[in-house]
Amino acid sequence: MHAVPSGVLTGVHYLDGDFACGEGAMAAGCRFVAGYPITPSTEVVERIARRFPMMGGVFIQMEDELASMAAIVGASWTGTKSMTVTSGPGFSLMMENIGLAAMMETPCVVVNVQRAGPSTGLPTMVGQGDMMQARWGSHGDYAIIALCPQSPQEAFDLTVDAFNLSEQYRVPVLIMMDECVGHMTEKVVIPTADRIEVVPRTLTAKSPAEYWPYQTNGGMVPEFARAGDGYRFHTTGLTHDERGYPAMSVECQERCVRRLVEKIRSNADRIVRFEEEETDGADVVVVAYGITARVARAGMELARKRGVKVGFFRLVVAWPFPERRIRELAGGVKAFVVPEINCGQMVLEVERSAAGKAAAISLPHAGGGVHEPERIAEALVEAVK
Amino acid sequence: MRYWRRPLDFDRMHVPHGAVRIIADRCKGCAFCVEYCPRDVLEMSRDFNRKGYHPPKVVKADECVNCNLCEMICPEFAIFSVPLEESPCTLSPQAS
Amino acid sequence: MSTALEGTEVRPDEHPIAPFMRMDRMPHIWCPECGLGTVVKCFAAALEETKVDLDKLAIVSGIGCTGRTAGYMKLDGFHSTHGRAIPFATGLKLGRPELLVTVFSGDGDLVGIGGNHFIHAARRNMDLFVILVNNFIYGMTGGQNAPTTPIEARSSTMPFGNFERAFNLPHLAASCGASYVARWTCLHVRRLSKAFGEGLNRKGFRFVEVIAPCPTLYARLNKLGGGLDLMRFYHDDAEVRNGADTREVGIAYQQKIICGKFVDEEKPTFLEMMHAHYRRILGEKYVPMPPEGGLLRG
Repeated sequence: MHAVPSGVLTGVHYLDGDFACGEGAMAAGCRFVAGYPITPSTEVVERIARRFPMMGGVFIQMEDELASMAAIVGASWTGTKSMTVTSGPGFSLMMENIGLAAMMETPCVVVNVQRAGPSTGLPTMVGQGDMMQARWGSHGDYAIIALCPQSPQEAFDLTVDAFNLSEQYRVPVLIMMDECVGHMTEKVVIPTADRIEVVPRTLTAKSPAEYWPYQTNGGMVPEFARAGDGYRFHTTGLTHDERGYPAMSVECQERCVRRLVEKIRSNADRIVRFEEEETDGADVVVVAYGITARVARAGMELARKRGVKVGFFRLVVAWPFPERRIRELAGGVKAFVVPEINCGQMVLEVERSAAGKAAAISLPHAGGGVHEPERIAEALVEAVK
Repeated sequence: MRYWRRPLDFDRMHVPHGAVRIIADRCKGCAFCVEYCPRDVLEMSRDFNRKGYHPPKVVKADECVNCNLCEMICPEFAIFSVPLEESPCTLSPQAS
Repeated sequence: MSTALEGTEVRPDEHPIAPFMRMDRMPHIWCPECGLGTVVKCFAAALEETKVDLDKLAIVSGIGCTGRTAGYMKLDGFHSTHGRAIPFATGLKLGRPELLVTVFSGDGDLVGIGGNHFIHAARRNMDLFVILVNNFIYGMTGGQNAPTTPIEARSSTMPFGNFERAFNLPHLAASCGASYVARWTCLHVRRLSKAFGEGLNRKGFRFVEVIAPCPTLYARLNKLGGGLDLMRFYHDDAEVRNGADTREVGIAYQQKIICGKFVDEEKPTFLEMMHAHYRRILGEKYVPMPPEGGLLRG
């Protein structure tokens, strides 16, 4: 389906990442946003608060992030695409209800414009320290999808993609932006509505008598019914059976939880997305995401000038992690260098995927700023020695 | 019912009657129905249901006026009353 | 009164509540002598009496014994996280304004962990019907102290008796701006059903506190007997004072319980204020969320 024109601000704009993200949500058909102000993400909802009343959307500033996340899960059950926006401290508060969304299989989008942590940290300065939390933040076993834009244009594009993935897999999708991309102003091209592919909320065709909320008929994703259409269904955060009724048994836990994980894991190849350049014949590959990917390019150019054969690998979808491709590359390179604005998080995934066939060298930065390209270049030169 | 005079609409009034239905196996013996039936229709029995509780039993079936209090107050949805044919009022001095 | 609902047949041997319940999940998990079943029956009676469109009624519960209600009623039901039933319900209401959203949860869930959400929803006069069953304790988890546990009462986390002040819930709701505030015990079956009916027919933040016995934890830990003993206590010590000043309806341990309808005012609701405001400021440009909700079709 194409995007509904009422939400699409077609044109060539000069927007910051936060605003572009908000535009992406509106273009994707999001019509309910609940949020709580937190630097550096607040501009996303400020943009939405300004535009929503013109397109039948509702924005409500809730009393805290727990309420925001709970509200978007509730709103999603009316068939309305919903989103919330936060940064590190709020992300931590949202964890329980992200788990609820995953367990209830509620499509929704959560934007985390990362800042340096832990705790209150550096509220106005960049970080990328929530990447592992994105995958493992809520308790128990579940899987989510996380995307990392590296520019305001991508903030728009990937937000649309996030909503589409969320609908397709009935899973919360995280947009792991960072403060640099969020507050950076660049050209953003928003096409006409008919050129934006949008996955609509699909309702079940079954009648209320035949419909069971979590029956998948051998597939991975159940059909959706919304509140108010006469289905009188029940859904719960407790482990549940196909009727949505709580069921306390080992068999049910196995069936219920295993599918939540496999839903994403078994579709990883379809979901994974990365940008790869000149990895053929490379001796070292720099792996980066978000703003660091742009800095890494500069470092890479410096290293190439010094004769190092450097390949470039950018995570567009960070979770599920592209382990298969990293494992393939690991067979042909000496090392991966992973600069991140944290003390080493995605590098652990690179190391795991490389399975010992290539070194995974962490290039950490505690936060507050971006790497110096020279530092990345040095690391790349070192890596091939 | 004792009246100080005969009410004007007396011939149109009827006394409702009800029959109590008990779903014995749902009962957990709380005795709310026995305690609060305004007509003392029920008593706890000495029978056992499948769960080992003593369900109530009807001891004054004629007294039930289908007020449905038992139906409202039972936490287990184990008792209710259904309407029976109404009977005309009487001016009998006996308490009814 | 075994009247059937339109289109649903009640078998002659089936309880009249059957059309409203997921009978495939009976018997429920509530203890013998617990008052929750009674409260649910009163709610079902109100649903029948008011003839609300059950397809448009969504029920949201939190965690706890009362929180199990959403799972037992044959309505669009949501068993959400602890304390977050009210914001979850807010999302449901704002995402599809034609829904009649009811929150059915316990004292610990709604004003303990959920306290912040309670006061803000009342402040906003959000269109939610909140039924809070108060058994003065955290029952499901084994009898811990609750924000409503009266001073002196024992619980598993206050083994020497509670020394913390308890909430006066009608006062809390009224002072935050609720448009309908009432308290009844589950012994007051008729007046409770009537209050539920009134709540269903009004707008804004409607709040009914229902005092119910918890025989297994509250009564047992405090040596008060069983459920019937607590019901007898409600019979003897509940006093109906409609229109009472909510400042005076606090509940002390085994003292008088003031019941009644305390607040019943028509105040502009969140949605009414939102629509009026945007219409005034934005005029023709304002596009409200349609009552059928924000589902966009191709």
